[in-house]
Amino acid sequence: MSDITNQSLNQIIKRIKTKEISSTDLTKAYIKNIEGAKKLNAFVTTTFDYALDKAKQFDNKPNFDQLLPGIPLAVKDLFCTENFKTTAGSNILNNFVPSYESTVTKNLWDNGSFLLGKLNCDEFAMGSSNETSYFGNVINPVGDQLVPGGSSGGSSSALAADLTPATIGTDTGGSIRQPASFTGTVGLKPTYGLCSRWGIVAFASSLDQAGPMTKDITDCAIMLEAMSGFDEKDSTSINKKKENYSKNLKDNIKGLKIGIPKEYRVDNMPKEIDELWEKGKKILKDLGAELIDISLPHTKYALPTYYIVAPAEASSNLARYDGVRYGYRSEKGKDLIEMYENTRSEGFGDEVKRRILIGTYVLSSGYYDAYYLKAQKVRQLIKKDFDDNFTKVDAILTPSTPSSAFKIGEKTNDPVSMYLNDIFTVPTNLAGLPALSLPAGLDKQGLPLGLQLIGKPLDEQKILNIGYAFEKNCGFKNEIKKWWA
Amino acid sequence: MSLDKEKIKHVAKLARISVNDAKIDSLTKDLNSIFKFIEQLNELDTNKVEPLTSILNQSLRSRKDEINDGKIREKVLKNSPKDSEEFFVVPKVVE
Repeated sequence: MSDITNQSLNQIIKRIKTKEISSTDLTKAYIKNIEGAKKLNAFVTTTFDYALDKAKQFDNKPNFDQLLPGIPLAVKDLFCTENFKTTAGSNILNNFVPSYESTVTKNLWDNGSFLLGKLNCDEFAMGSSNETSYFGNVINPVGDQLVPGGSSGGSSSALAADLTPATIGTDTGGSIRQPASFTGTVGLKPTYGLCSRWGIVAFASSLDQAGPMTKDITDCAIMLEAMSGFDEKDSTSINKKKENYSKNLKDNIKGLKIGIPKEYRVDNMPKEIDELWEKGKKILKDLGAELIDISLPHTKYALPTYYIVAPAEASSNLARYDGVRYGYRSEKGKDLIEMYENTRSEGFGDEVKRRILIGTYVLSSGYYDAYYLKAQKVRQLIKKDFDDNFTKVDAILTPSTPSSAFKIGEKTNDPVSMYLNDIFTVPTNLAGLPALSLPAGLDKQGLPLGLQLIGKPLDEQKILNIGYAFEKNCGFKNEIKKWWA
Repeated sequence: MSLDKEKIKHVAKLARISVNDAKIDSLTKDLNSIFKFIEQLNELDTNKVEPLTSILNQSLRSRKDEINDGKIREKVLKNSPKDSEEFFVVPKVVE
């Protein structure tokens, strides 16, 4: 039998169901891979004993009717896991062991899977390269010295390196889709409100959304089905009937109208990105979809808007880290105020501090109207751009990122150049829309590139179907040599 | 507009983050370049635009005001950096 771990989740599930492989042997195969991949630094915590115990329980009493029968899964270290350390990639949560489980991970476990480990990420999910993590850089398996994207960089690296059969991330401005694009994998940011935010370490609450990261579209549909659903504990959770995304996956996209927005380009964008976009358009056209040129005129203002809204919300959310109730506490300082100041200065990294300061400033007296209120108004215009166009088209096709994976250290000295990485992904977070990044090709250096499909609110099924048809006809194959092993 | 060191120190005070003098120069440079980028928004006339405060078409749900958990003191205190008996301990606040 070929190596089970390089197969997709849906193939693995089939093999579990036909008893070709036990959950225990599957788990052992991943543990072996993880132990041989320490160079990638994808894991913050491993839970091997726990996973082997759960696998054994499954094998003794298997239930094959579940969506994820006996499947070990590593998840981003931003999801609170009961009795397992949850760090959010930060020194300030270095010793935090939650006494509760996030709704999204609980949903995964209730569908038959169990925790294999916690994956590295940018500190509090603030970053586009995984370089802001307190636990160090993660390496992209597609090439040594390349970033895996961020903030869900441990997730994309572990998935592409066969260290977990599928995973989940969170996406506030592109943190699922950009790492997926950089590693040749599939990443979906669902509609805001589809997956519960309860128990996820908060960054920017009006933008944060959890979603699947997988090797193919079928896996993405399975994972979304397992993790999504109404949750009373999240005040912005959408109460609707659960959908069978995997069962309803169809590859017939004839007659669908696909919008092509002229604003999705940047100065000095590599020619390969344009060529990839052209290739994507041709594939969809050949499958019977109709391409329609559209305009989303406020696209260029999405990123500046994001860098007001997200830090503002972050500065409020991160006020809770005060060294009193949980997390790191500095021993320095002569009184309570100095204890707070030293705790936060020593506990947070530079990027997080920068964003807290931006957020505090834009919300401070005298500046609120000029920055925060202005950003909320522009956010309205960005959402309206999408609303206006979704009366004419079923989905929108764009590149996922303006470049392929870059080198570690290449953008760390210039925050704005790092932020520009998210230029194509941020607008959908501001508008609350679902968006899927799918692997579509390689650049001249052989690095993966992704295309993005943006859907109407709660229209995940349609973008998954388009992605499914695209995947079958694109011929992309992610061939990663295991140079680290 | 540009942010000077004094203003940044004031904002840091508001955010309860101590800023070390060695880092203030690079922080000032970074924040000014970010604000220059953000201020592109001033090109847009938004006088007649309503601010977007929620992207959901639903209003927040209300729930019954009732106790549905409790008796979890141990869990609440489990991660505290310093506690004594049943309380969180902080540096002395009143003389």
